[in-house]
Amino acid sequence: MTDYVSTTPGLFPLPDWAKDDLSDLKGHQKGDLISGDEDEEITAAYDEAREEVIGIQGEAGLDRVVEGQLRWDDMLAHPLAVHDAVETRGIVRYYDNNNFYREPVVQDDLAFSGDVASELESAAELAGGDALQAVLPGPYSLADLATDEHYGDEADFLAAIADFLAGEVEAFPTHETLFLLEPSLVENAPEDGVDERASEAIDTVASATDADVVVQPYWGALEEKVYAHLLDADIDAVGFDFVANQEDNVYNLQEYGATDAVSLGLADGQNTLVEDPEAIRDRVDWVYDQIPVTEFETVYLTTNTETFYLPYGKFEEKLAVLAEAADLAEVKAA
Amino acid sequence: MTTKDQFRPEDHPNDNFLLTTVVGSYPKPKWLNRAKELYQDPDHEFDAEDWQEAKDDAARLITDEHERAGLDVVVDGEMRRNEMVEFFAHRIEGYEFNGPVKVWGHNYFDKPSVVREVEYDENWLVDEYEFTAAASDRPVKVPITGPYTLANWSFNEAYEDDEELAYDLADLVNEEIEKLVDAGARYIQIDEPALATTPDDHAIVGECLERIVDGISASDASGGSSDESDGVPEEVRIGLHVCYGDYSRIYPEILEFPVDEFDLELANGDYEQLDVFKDPEFTKDLALGVCDAHVAEVESVEQIEENIKKGLEVVPPEQLVVSPDCGVKLLPREVAYGKMANMVEAARNVEEDLDAGEIDVERGAPTPADD
Repeated sequence: MTDYVSTTPGLFPLPDWAKDDLSDLKGHQKGDLISGDEDEEITAAYDEAREEVIGIQGEAGLDRVVEGQLRWDDMLAHPLAVHDAVETRGIVRYYDNNNFYREPVVQDDLAFSGDVASELESAAELAGGDALQAVLPGPYSLADLATDEHYGDEADFLAAIADFLAGEVEAFPTHETLFLLEPSLVENAPEDGVDERASEAIDTVASATDADVVVQPYWGALEEKVYAHLLDADIDAVGFDFVANQEDNVYNLQEYGATDAVSLGLADGQNTLVEDPEAIRDRVDWVYDQIPVTEFETVYLTTNTETFYLPYGKFEEKLAVLAEAADLAEVKAA
Repeated sequence: MTTKDQFRPEDHPNDNFLLTTVVGSYPKPKWLNRAKELYQDPDHEFDAEDWQEAKDDAARLITDEHERAGLDVVVDGEMRRNEMVEFFAHRIEGYEFNGPVKVWGHNYFDKPSVVREVEYDENWLVDEYEFTAAASDRPVKVPITGPYTLANWSFNEAYEDDEELAYDLADLVNEEIEKLVDAGARYIQIDEPALATTPDDHAIVGECLERIVDGISASDASGGSSDESDGVPEEVRIGLHVCYGDYSRIYPEILEFPVDEFDLELANGDYEQLDVFKDPEFTKDLALGVCDAHVAEVESVEQIEENIKKGLEVVPPEQLVVSPDCGVKLLPREVAYGKMANMVEAARNVEEDLDAGEIDVERGAPTPADD
């Protein structure tokens, strides 16, 4: 029987009170973004906000609880932006969104940081008995968002990023699932040769945990070869953004098959229109109708993208919808 | 006569004329922000009338500051506007607000949601234009957020896709611009920063501009219902401001847009993208960004003169306009003023040198690099 797991890819919006408080505490300029050694007052604000977003995930009834990545001012580039071996420079565009982050420029060996592990430790305490999900940028996307001035070779740089992320994962507290977010696999698809290396890099990170690993690309579908190579990595599930592109994602599933588990991005992480839980459940059925597979071990139900794009109230509503949709799907499957 | 010549001051000292202006927004005086807080405080007696008076005073003040800097065409610094999408969305039927969303760091904006078909409700900018025009003897430019950006930077809950929403908004922008023209506006700048985020959509922006400038919707062209729109008169100068992006992805296609002028951000990238506009020939007027709006230091007059000469590599002086890269509202006010004053001085110096034949800039396609 399929296990339907409601979850999110992390990177939540800050609660509105925290937006105001942290604006006042930190300021609005490039030099005011998170550095990894923020003071007590700022840390306390993030602690309170973290507690709140973990609480609402529990209230919504999500099957996986994430930390929320509220400190990630630089979105997916965060693990590098706070790293000692990295200098942050100008503000650059975050993919084709109207969001910006500091360009991280790697200037030395990427040794162990522990920044994300520390956040997860706090989240684990707050989550109580709920199943914790860790979230990281995938190695290909993190390398794509950064500039290398140290390793000097694209392949070496990607491998170094993968080793760095693997080292971070090893320090994580117990977690049920690890989501690796890989939008660059769609937005800046790797060419021949690089696609294989991207898959190997993901394998490196995935091998660092016993948890189930989900690789979640978004803003479209993977190119065929990229998808085929990704299936070679030792991962448990590939994610599909069915909001941005249904046709090509179905094609990949039909032509190349799938992992034993899949992650379906069926709720729109970038639009305030709140989906109906039944409609999401119906979309799950629609996916099944398109492909020869009759059953997956696990189906993760999630938003297609991070949710920090949303106003906080709409974000809360989306969480509740995902939890309800997973319950409906499970009831129907039973 | 080009649409630019009508803005040349009668007593202009030089034969050449490089029109100087700003993109639009300008830092608000601190007291205006304080006044807004008082107005929003329910326990305070600072009422709507007081708030209106504060905005009027600020608009007069900044218009005057533009005059003191010597700008040929002034703006009120958008003192009545909070944010370039939010301001308009509050005035359009069909939008609602659900709370702030992140842009970068701890900078947020109230990104609105389109929840039903958009409709024209109340005047957007006519009052603002009339007030500024009465407050100044100089020509006034009206910046207006373009329909593509209004669509793209909103949540779309009501339309099949953002393209359809943009076209409906273009019809509303057309309606507003016609009212502005009736009120006397002769220089209108359509701001479309979203084009730089999604350059593949330049055809949609082009169609929006056709609807705005020509006032002909697709249904009219195919014999459908007419909205009785006659389009914008030829003497009205229409500019398009696009900032922060890879311009090679929208050039030369944008030359087909029905506008007189392109206002571009190039100082920020140290003119690395200048060559993009040299081949094919730039056939419109170029409003060149000659001050970096993201650096809180005032460029020297000499530096700005060099920047202006970069523009002469693309267009002859009669097609060149001089402005900062983008809106300057995030700069400290004294820095914003310093940049504008130096910019005007630099423009006048370059004009003098052009008159004296002392500037020899080679214009046109870049020389191919040696293999």
